[in-house]
Amino acid sequence: MNIWDQTNECMLREELEQLQLERLQATLNRAYKNVTCYRRKFDEMGIIPEDIQSLGDLSRLPFTAKDDLRLNYPYGMFAVPLREVVRIHSSSGTTGKPTVVGYTRNDIKTWSQLVARLLTAAGVTHDDVVQITFGYGLFTGAFGLHYGAEQIGASVIPMGGGNTEKQIMIMQDYRTTALVGTPSYALTLAERMEKSGIDPKTLTLRVGLFGGEPWSEEMRREIEQRLGIIATDNYGLSEVMGPGVAGECIHRCGMHIFEDHFLPETIDPETGEVLPPGSIGELVLTTLTKEALPVIRYRTRDITRLIYEPCRCGRTMVRMEKPRGRSDDMLIIKGVNVFPSQIEEVLFQVEGCEPHYQLVIDRVNNVDTLEVQVEVNETIFFDEMKKQRAFVEMVEKKLASTLNVGARVKLVEPASMPRHEGKAQRVIDRRKNV
Amino acid sequence: MEMLKVRHINTYYGQVHALKNVSLHLKQGEIATLIGANGAGKTTILNSLSAVTPVRSGEILFEGTAIHALSPEKIVDMGISQVPEGRQVFKPLTVEDNLELGAYLRYRRREGRTKIRSSLDEIYQLFPRLLERRRQLAGTLSGGEQQMLAIGRALMARPKLLLLDEPSMGLAPLVVQEIFAVIAELVREHGTTVLLVEQNAKAALKLADRGYVLETGKVILEESAAELLENREVQRAYLGKDKKEIWER
Repeated sequence: MNIWDQTNECMLREELEQLQLERLQATLNRAYKNVTCYRRKFDEMGIIPEDIQSLGDLSRLPFTAKDDLRLNYPYGMFAVPLREVVRIHSSSGTTGKPTVVGYTRNDIKTWSQLVARLLTAAGVTHDDVVQITFGYGLFTGAFGLHYGAEQIGASVIPMGGGNTEKQIMIMQDYRTTALVGTPSYALTLAERMEKSGIDPKTLTLRVGLFGGEPWSEEMRREIEQRLGIIATDNYGLSEVMGPGVAGECIHRCGMHIFEDHFLPETIDPETGEVLPPGSIGELVLTTLTKEALPVIRYRTRDITRLIYEPCRCGRTMVRMEKPRGRSDDMLIIKGVNVFPSQIEEVLFQVEGCEPHYQLVIDRVNNVDTLEVQVEVNETIFFDEMKKQRAFVEMVEKKLASTLNVGARVKLVEPASMPRHEGKAQRVIDRRKNV
Repeated sequence: MEMLKVRHINTYYGQVHALKNVSLHLKQGEIATLIGANGAGKTTILNSLSAVTPVRSGEILFEGTAIHALSPEKIVDMGISQVPEGRQVFKPLTVEDNLELGAYLRYRRREGRTKIRSSLDEIYQLFPRLLERRRQLAGTLSGGEQQMLAIGRALMARPKLLLLDEPSMGLAPLVVQEIFAVIAELVREHGTTVLLVEQNAKAALKLADRGYVLETGKVILEESAAELLENREVQRAYLGKDKKEIWER
């Protein structure tokens, strides 16, 4: 079995912990010196980097949240001057501004190496033809996988998102062997093939690397059956690196976190207490080698469990289970992070919308759909149809530009929504496989 | 397994906190380099390891044994030799006497002349120029030859770990090349492990496997030497590439 970086991926735990400590201390020194936000947080708690003398001391440090990145929009969290940054990506924020992440030349190299590890772990080699169906753009998914695949010498087809007919044609003609994208898109492809009478068994496809959204074991089985491939999971988030934080080996029993670059903890999302190894809790990650954007104790909001038992593949890196939920209200729709608060903010800005709304999420033909049902006041509701349609279109447009994903808007009569005492039940998620 | 493991050491010169929570490691047969500006703590790290300036807190493990409370001679005995900054050869003594003094502990252990003699021959093989000048007083040697002598003297103790402090200081580029070639040979042929402090950061990073960047007594980066050579912050601060070059490239 192939391991991309045998020396580092199979390190003895004792060696790993020494390396982690060194890198943690160096990261803290850099972050404290160069990032005002961290210096302020540390000062408030009366902590200096020198206080961290062991990995266990990590729990004394403050958390970093997505909000910190938003409050320091766009470049406030960078630990290097902008002239050292060779790439900027971003992801959606909880409200208003997106979060911006940057990479130095070395960060991009590290990123490629880490993705090369997860691709190799999934069984991809230089003989593979890798078709990338993530969208190229501000999101990190496509570029990360692209660099990793080039690193191992595979042939990369940078298809980008959508255009399913063409994806299938290229898959047939170019003899794609590895598919990269969201798991739901894999099923869309399967469905389209079935409709067009293409037997997936006639394809050369043999492995899929899926990520960007949570997916279940049932969904994995369905993808594997319908496309006749091995489907592996990988994990990442743009604030930490993008893809390349963790990835499954062919045993598919949890994703190996690349611990020489990221230090994982699990915490109780309510109290912030660190949980003993093996407990279910929120994953918190500290970067150990990132130059442009080091993050210290970043709250991923993903609920998971860390498995420290050695894996059959020989890698000594800890494994994380598939995230089983979120500790906040973030929704992942077509691989895009959406917060109900973003939608609320848009609706509040529109004259005529009432502050009563409901989000209905479903998966129709393996494609996520988002419907925003909103109460409008009578002036709009009783107006002529044409104006009403224009109003809906206007709201849909505003939503799409904020969310980066399309939503259907449905207007409902004033006072027709169920009223809740206490916390409103605003989200109805009908997707079965998530 | 790491040969040397240093965890959060703190070293002081009187009230001056010279090393702040420094952690680092070395694997057997590896060359690591410490780079940083003057006063960043590079030499202090070497002096802390050799107990010339003992640490005030933290731990140093050498092949699994804690050595941070041991005396300098005990540390040499365990297999760590330091080549001090500015060579510090015994100028009124001959080259060969200088070398033999490097084996002082081995004489005391009664290892026997033949063994020590064969070490001496090895040193002369590494540095043929020292053989030519074996009867000459060390003070009459050129800077480069004195540096070879200082390295040779340290090697006479048969160290597993060699601490090298600014071996290129004040030497002509050709001589530096010669000395660095010998360091590479030591590692390749004898499996010696080397911790190298250099102001010539570029040459050091080309020779080393890994590097630590120090700033005001703290480690701010740990990376492979190749990555550090590419790091623009390092390029600007320590590799002498000026702003203009970086801006206009």
